[in-house]
Amino acid sequence: MTDLAHIRNFSIVAHIDHGKSTLADRLIQMTGTVAERDMKEQMLDAMDIERERGITIKANTVRIEYPAKDGQTYILNLIDTPGHVDFAYEVSRSMQAVEGSLLVVDASQGVEAQTLANVYQAIDADHEIVPVLNKIDLPAADVDRVAEQIEDVIGIDATDAVQISAKTGIGIPNVLEAIVTRLPTPKGDRDAPLKAMLVDSWYDPYLGVVVMIRVIDGVIRKGDQIKMMQTGAKYGVDKLSVLKPQMVDIKELGPGEIGILTASIKQVRDTRVGDTITHDKKPCARALPGFKPAQPVVFCGLFPVDNAEFEDLREAISKLALNDASFSSEMETSAALGFGFRCGFLGLLHLEVIRDRIEREYDIDLITTAPSVIYHIYMRDGTMLELHNPADMPDLTHVDHLEEPRIKATILVPDEYLGDVLKLCQDRRGIQADLTYAGSRAMVVYDLPLNEVVFDFYDRLKSVTKGYASFDYQMTGYRADNLVKMSILVNDEPVDALSMMVHRDRAEARGRAMVEKLKDLIPRHMFKIPIQAAIGGKVIARETLSALRKDVTAKCYGGDATRKKKLLEKQKAGKKKMRQFGKVEIPQEAFINALKMDG
Amino acid sequence: MANGFGLYVHWPFCQAKCPYCDFNSHVTAQIDQARWLAAYESEIARVRDDSGPRVLNSIFFGGGTPSLMEGDTVAGIIAAARAAWSPANDIEITLEANPTSVEAARFRAYADAGVNRVSIGVQSLRDDHLKALGRLHSADEARRAVETAEKHFPRVSFDLIYGRQHQALADWKEELTEALQMAAGHLSLYHLTIEPDTAFGDRHARGRLPGLPDEDLSADMFDLTQDMTGAAGLPMYEISNHSTPGAESIHNLIYWRSGDWAGVGPGAHGRLTLGGERNATECHMAPSAWLKAVESNRDGTSLRRVLAHEDARIEAVMMGLRLAEGVPASLLTNVSKINELEDLRLLESDDTTVRVTPRGRPLLNAVLRDLL
Repeated sequence: MTDLAHIRNFSIVAHIDHGKSTLADRLIQMTGTVAERDMKEQMLDAMDIERERGITIKANTVRIEYPAKDGQTYILNLIDTPGHVDFAYEVSRSMQAVEGSLLVVDASQGVEAQTLANVYQAIDADHEIVPVLNKIDLPAADVDRVAEQIEDVIGIDATDAVQISAKTGIGIPNVLEAIVTRLPTPKGDRDAPLKAMLVDSWYDPYLGVVVMIRVIDGVIRKGDQIKMMQTGAKYGVDKLSVLKPQMVDIKELGPGEIGILTASIKQVRDTRVGDTITHDKKPCARALPGFKPAQPVVFCGLFPVDNAEFEDLREAISKLALNDASFSSEMETSAALGFGFRCGFLGLLHLEVIRDRIEREYDIDLITTAPSVIYHIYMRDGTMLELHNPADMPDLTHVDHLEEPRIKATILVPDEYLGDVLKLCQDRRGIQADLTYAGSRAMVVYDLPLNEVVFDFYDRLKSVTKGYASFDYQMTGYRADNLVKMSILVNDEPVDALSMMVHRDRAEARGRAMVEKLKDLIPRHMFKIPIQAAIGGKVIARETLSALRKDVTAKCYGGDATRKKKLLEKQKAGKKKMRQFGKVEIPQEAFINALKMDG
Repeated sequence: MANGFGLYVHWPFCQAKCPYCDFNSHVTAQIDQARWLAAYESEIARVRDDSGPRVLNSIFFGGGTPSLMEGDTVAGIIAAARAAWSPANDIEITLEANPTSVEAARFRAYADAGVNRVSIGVQSLRDDHLKALGRLHSADEARRAVETAEKHFPRVSFDLIYGRQHQALADWKEELTEALQMAAGHLSLYHLTIEPDTAFGDRHARGRLPGLPDEDLSADMFDLTQDMTGAAGLPMYEISNHSTPGAESIHNLIYWRSGDWAGVGPGAHGRLTLGGERNATECHMAPSAWLKAVESNRDGTSLRRVLAHEDARIEAVMMGLRLAEGVPASLLTNVSKINELEDLRLLESDDTTVRVTPRGRPLLNAVLRDLL
């Protein structure tokens, strides 16, 4: 165990590509934490999907031993946080677990949208923030201008900003010194009852559930009987380790320390990010503040393209659920799609990550139905139903009114894109709540219906602001509105997977956009296909996909037979990725792409 | 064999590679024709060992550009084939020719060698289009070549490609009208296909092949082609082949009716029914590899396999439905699909035969995907 004076805990805040991972790699390398031969790029990003998308969706930590210039050795704990609005709660917990942040800004680019969103999280957590100007070796670097920008836009003193090049290693020793000299020591009472925060947890195929903790007070040891204060569950600590970043066992963790434990916990589900861990026999008086249970907000159906893969999908989903407490699932049957699962997610990125993992790691082609939020249906008899799936909409004659979830969205955007952002929010039925300026950036607060945001709002926001906007939201509650179920009919057959709840005033526009999109997404068939959007029995938009006119191989002689047969087989395999609705085959991608709006 | 037996001879050399062509063709300065003849002779003798005695219905010299072969080479191959099998009385011996004046000058020699049908790669009757297609002849040369051919051979066919860059429906109508006046009983009319791994395929992928017809114009051109050839007395008997009744290519019908054929020469494919099993063969693609294999191992084949019954059936349907006459109903088992396609008026059937209707022909690939 290390005394508090020799511990520094920090996270790194940066815009994508500003060098967060490279700096982390350099800190690990320069302190000899990882032997040179074991070093690989981006040590902390575990999953392929994370690396590909340049995002982190699980927190990670590394413990660095640093002999400082004052002759003493310090333990530096870096927590790498997830960086997406879907995981805002997880980020806030990680931030609470450390005392300071390195704010990394690319000296050739300046402060960007994501930097702001994350730095406010750090400020909210009362962090001491050390500005770090990276890429000072680039010809385009303008250290003075960017330092000034940090002061103007973020409002923190950047006179002592550490100037580095993570790529070449320039200035890295200064970063290490700054962590020791400028970040506060953690506070805590070694003699108080154990109080530790559950920062994150994940499933490891060898160890089972692994829990990342930050000890606030008291000491935790291997063999201790611990209790999770939110769930009430009790466990014996089997293993206590720190990550360097490979796992190294440790006897005990005291105040200020960050490490991981395993305790024969069966499912990640049994652990709650933000929960307080204490001793069973001698518990602490109060749990840590700020705990929120994981609450899926976006729901959609996942169906195997090939019905025969349903059992494989069940297995894939249950395995993924082991490692993700915020992901929910229950079996669902669809008239058109057969057996599948209705799944709940924290947001759209979360949905896409899970879907990609099922398709990639379990090799199952999926049809994803229209994402939906939870509507409250107030029936005439006074009862209230939760509607997770538009297909379950009850008979309207029994319905009194519907309520939909609303959010408070906070968007930070440079001046020049403000108009586009306001238009986007208005188009999504938003009500402006606030508009203020911080430097050359506007902060817009909107009250928005969640269902207008879940699908592609974040993508659209990024696209209209060229990535410069940051976005965060909180659920605010439910409000009644004029909501209807819109059905889509293809060749006069309703396709339940495409039905969705929409605001009555926007139904025509959504319906028109949907049928136009579908007309492009469904390949031409040997007959013409009407595509309609309808509310109840009333058609509100219609397109006709004209019949295929020509698809024939011009030359086919003896020497071509083998090749053409292979081509035919390939095309037939392509057909298997489609779903049959009546006589019409709809490609898998059509289900999700039809919902993407262009405006 | 019920559906005939033919010999396909692949001559892999061309003077220049055409930008749309994905056939096995090579441009070489020097060709030792005697050495190549010896190799073909050796292969014919070897295939004869496999096939056993057969009545030989046809020989087809394809390529490449077989009209670059010397008369003696052609004569030698024909003699070897006639010696190996028993030639039918009406044996059809076709040679593919390019219509340059140099090649037309060899027509007499080919006729003397025993060739009785030529298929001329005219491709277009418009000089600017011939250039765009990378052809080395002019429209006038092509017309003269067809005339010359008609003097030397009892049967003459020529090829045209339509659906070219910047070709309007009216342009094709005019060109096809001229072609039908020139035609001597048989025409092959191909819609331009952009094949991958060709110069056109490459340009197309990079968006550098403007002016190609859209699906509607392609379909209009196809329909017009059917109407005009039918009216002129050369109706389609296969998707891209048109003839007066009785002038159909005997050799090509063997492919479409799933008869047997031996394939010799680089990249040549063959199908032989032996002991109730359908054997597929493929020869080495590269001319040098094939030549070496023949000379050192006395075997140019690189691949030999027995087709599974189902594969043979699929192939028979895929090839046979290209023909106006259709396929035996026994080849198709999916009655509900047949009914569905009949309801769409894309197929028609009776107790013995299933045929694609004129309406279904331009959609044949879609019909096959549904049916198989």
